Amino acid sequence: MEWYLPVIWAALIGAAVAFYVILDGFDLGIGILFPFAKEEKEQDQMIASIAPFWDGNETWLVLGGGGLWVAFPKAYAVIMPALYLPVILMLLGLIFRGVAFEFRTVANTSKKYWNFAFAGGATLAGFCQGVILGGLIQGIKVENGEFAGGAFDFATPFALLCGLGVLAGYALLGACWLVMKTDAAVAKRARDHAKLLLFVVLAFMAIVSLWTPLQFPRIRERWFSVPNILFLWPVPLITALVAFMGWRWLERGRDYAPFFSAIALFLLGYMGLAISVYPYLVPPTMTVWDASAAPSSQIFMLLGTLPLLPIILMYTAFIYYLFRGKVREGESYH
Amino acid sequence: MDPVLLARVQFAFTISFHIIFPAFTIGLAAYIATLLMMWMRTGRERYQLLARFWTKIFAVSFGMGVVSGIVLSYQFGTNWSRFSVVTGNVIGPAIGYEVLTAFFLEATFLGVLLFAWKRVPPWLLTLSAAIVAVGTAISAFWILSANSWMQTPAGHEVRDGIAYPLDWVAIIFNPSFPYRLAHMLTAAYLTTAFVVLAVGARYLVAGRHEADGRTMVRMAIGMIAVLAPLQLFLGDQHGLNTLKHQPIKIATMEGHWDGSKPGDFHIFAWPDEKNERNLFELSIPRGSSLILTHDPNGLFPGLTSVPPSERPPVVPVFFAFRIMIGIGFLMIAIGLYGAFLWWRGTLMTTRWYLRSVQHGWWLGFVAVLCGWITTEVGRQPWIAHGILRTADAISPVSAASVLTTLILFVIVYGIIFTMGIYYINRLIARGPQGFAVESPRGVPNRPLSSAHDAGREAIQPGR
Repeated sequence: MEWYLPVIWAALIGAAVAFYVILDGFDLGIGILFPFAKEEKEQDQMIASIAPFWDGNETWLVLGGGGLWVAFPKAYAVIMPALYLPVILMLLGLIFRGVAFEFRTVANTSKKYWNFAFAGGATLAGFCQGVILGGLIQGIKVENGEFAGGAFDFATPFALLCGLGVLAGYALLGACWLVMKTDAAVAKRARDHAKLLLFVVLAFMAIVSLWTPLQFPRIRERWFSVPNILFLWPVPLITALVAFMGWRWLERGRDYAPFFSAIALFLLGYMGLAISVYPYLVPPTMTVWDASAAPSSQIFMLLGTLPLLPIILMYTAFIYYLFRGKVREGESYH
Repeated sequence: MDPVLLARVQFAFTISFHIIFPAFTIGLAAYIATLLMMWMRTGRERYQLLARFWTKIFAVSFGMGVVSGIVLSYQFGTNWSRFSVVTGNVIGPAIGYEVLTAFFLEATFLGVLLFAWKRVPPWLLTLSAAIVAVGTAISAFWILSANSWMQTPAGHEVRDGIAYPLDWVAIIFNPSFPYRLAHMLTAAYLTTAFVVLAVGARYLVAGRHEADGRTMVRMAIGMIAVLAPLQLFLGDQHGLNTLKHQPIKIATMEGHWDGSKPGDFHIFAWPDEKNERNLFELSIPRGSSLILTHDPNGLFPGLTSVPPSERPPVVPVFFAFRIMIGIGFLMIAIGLYGAFLWWRGTLMTTRWYLRSVQHGWWLGFVAVLCGWITTEVGRQPWIAHGILRTADAISPVSAASVLTTLILFVIVYGIIFTMGIYYINRLIARGPQGFAVESPRGVPNRPLSSAHDAGREAIQPGR
């Protein structure tokens, strides 16, 4: 039990973060693509396609952060101070993005500022999330169980590259969401964006996949030692295949399939990173077992999570079903 | 600069900003659900229009509450990492359960309530509003449980400076929790009632949307006349509970220095912390002893019973407490006098009363903030009473980082808050009838025109 519990919790928090990245990923992606909208009614259409969902989507971020504190307080207490500035900037970006939804519908002359807040907030939040990811992968300096580095330790070329990569990934998800959920000019432009972004995302994935084993011996060891490589060699191949299918579906005018191939691409990238980092929560020193909360805390939380999570997924599915179909130009749920 | 002070100022700022919105939306969600239930039962369109009107205001406030709340769930780690490690085993699960049982519920069904008016049957809309209202109350349950544990820890043991859980029921239902929960929920419902009362009175005074205004004023007075006196009782009980578990906090609230004499109730005083006495006292002799011990000669611990390092800052706690109870008594007076006017049948025509209460929308907010200042500053020097001191709880982060982000928070929250209040005020000025006719693009972005609204009211007498 003492061995399994932290692994179960790592998997649960990993799942919460994956849900967040995919669900809020397309919301944020629409913010990133927002400046490309030509007219106000196109912007309204883009917003309307995510307005009923974004709040629930963002809640996965609270579950990820809160879950980390509950299950791995020692890791939470190292990661947050180490990535202090990107975490707070991300939160400030999310604030602007979040209030812009309601503010821009009640604003008159100031609507253009809230459009900027929506796009700028989403872009800042997405970039910071990428930097946080990069900052975590490259490792955090820990002494006596506490963060022992400086305020800008995270700001390496690798972390900034991850920031740009996540931005491109979110934009891809957002574009594919618009292909699926909108019509007319917005959907057409989104399809063109998605094709371009597919290549950009693949390029970022390739760079990260080469950079990490070259710079970090522990990651090289993980992927290229025998027998690991015998199991892991298909991962990049499957990734390439999924990307190719996504491109074909976009070419052939399919509406739904590209979005799911973008999700698959994200999950593969995510899985690749998990393989690189496991069992560390705070590379290169703190494993899931080192950072674990008291077993009774983990069990108490697990007993509630197991019945509650399926219920949450059920009503989340209900709301996606309720607002199914395309948002037509000039249409709004309001 | 002192990093502990900076971290405290930052957290005080972000959490004070945040609490304004739950204090309002907990009650408002329940009010919207009530309006929709009345609409279902009576079939009168006015209730549906009122519900839509308040839902719009709810959406703007709830959005600000959500985004400022997410900040807090990360600030425990960014600014208070030592606190996170020491208490994480025990109060972490309360936060986790808050997300799982409340946040997802609120966020998802708010989507239905806001955007599905044309898509779902009335019963599902009403159910969604009720779920949002219950969700906000569940959220209050968990967060107040966690906060109460920091005040009156129970059901745990401390090993190597870290708290470990022993008994989850004792942890969640720790000694001060039931009192704090009842006191805060009542405060939230009162806060909303005073906003609704002010808006209704504003319409009546201006002679616009009068039928809607009358409905709001009646419902609000009904709530206040019952809840404001109840709150006095709950507050008193909460105070007695605090005396039992945190006597020094009570001594601070009362400005009571010498525990060997009965306590006077100071209507006004200036606590002089250096010389351990009060200046300019205006007091009811033995008033505090009577309230706290139910005996004019009763004794309770004074501030001098502990060294100065164990005392909270006296001045902010002393004054915040006085402002809170002052507003509490004003609320009782407004509620009871309003009920009296209603009984006499002159509530809607007593102009001076309506003119006064239309400016009273802020009463609940200030009382809530002062109540939290009383209890949180009164908890010092501890962050978790008897377990961890605030000074030992901060993250290994430079003062420069904390100061920079503090400045950013002040700027960003300043912008958001100013614009949010401005937009809410504009929605109120537009009035409930503004939601009767919808342009195809959703909310009509037209210039405000009271003449236009009044004209529409005149030609739609049934509404």
